[in-house]
Amino acid sequence: MPIAGPPLQVAPVETDQPVGDTAVDPDQPWVVIVWNDPINLMSYVTYVLQKLFGYPFEVAEKLMLQVHYEGRAVVSNGPREKAELDVFRLHEHGLWATMQQD
Amino acid sequence: MLFARDRVRRRGEGRYQVRLRPNERALVEDLVGQLREQLLASTDDPSVRRLFPPAYPNDPERDAGYQVLTRDELLEQRLAAIDVVERTLDGRDLDAAEMTAWMGTLNSLRLVLGTRLDVDEELPDLDPDDPQAPAYAVYEYLGWLLSQVVDALGSDLPPPSADARRP
Repeated sequence: MPIAGPPLQVAPVETDQPVGDTAVDPDQPWVVIVWNDPINLMSYVTYVLQKLFGYPFEVAEKLMLQVHYEGRAVVSNGPREKAELDVFRLHEHGLWATMQQD
Repeated sequence: MLFARDRVRRRGEGRYQVRLRPNERALVEDLVGQLREQLLASTDDPSVRRLFPPAYPNDPERDAGYQVLTRDELLEQRLAAIDVVERTLDGRDLDAAEMTAWMGTLNSLRLVLGTRLDVDEELPDLDPDDPQAPAYAVYEYLGWLLSQVVDALGSDLPPPSADARRP
């Protein structure tokens, strides 16, 4: 059973495309956003948010449900360097994360 | 085959075991081998691009910088995790780092396969003769296994940080 081969559809599977303008006041903090995707398990996303950010289960689960039902959630924020590291750690775990200035 | 959730065990704090049946072991070994080949062939191929998302989707220049900084590290980590899974397919005791490598690899496989299948939240009720039925069965199997790994690792999460009440 080949996992790869020609993709049945080339477009990425995320259902929501990030929108918005990132060229704003450089002093504004950055926000890290996790976008909904139909692949990552709900329990897995909750676990990753607990593990990476130290959130209590209830907070992580609430964020996961926000991602699931609203399509996105802000999971952390801060200066650009911190936000970029957070995005990287989320990418390490296969979550669809982006960052933008609020 | 998929009755009891008994493939992944937590054998004490930070000690785990993944006990697969021979056919499952052969399947996982085959899948991770394919994943390694794909990753080594190209990280830009559509089949594995889901594993390397953009950080700045609206800023190509900044995103190119991010990709330069992170792509190799993400690739190395995924290859190393695949090595761990292959090395520990025999059901030996795993430490937390090895269990985490299993988690990451199972999730990568689901991302690659799910992207190829263009899955939706609700999986289709396929006829067993449908040419896509085997791929969907594998996808569901991987999710079933991954959820057990998440449960096992979740039992050993440290207490929440006092300063992390909300984003």
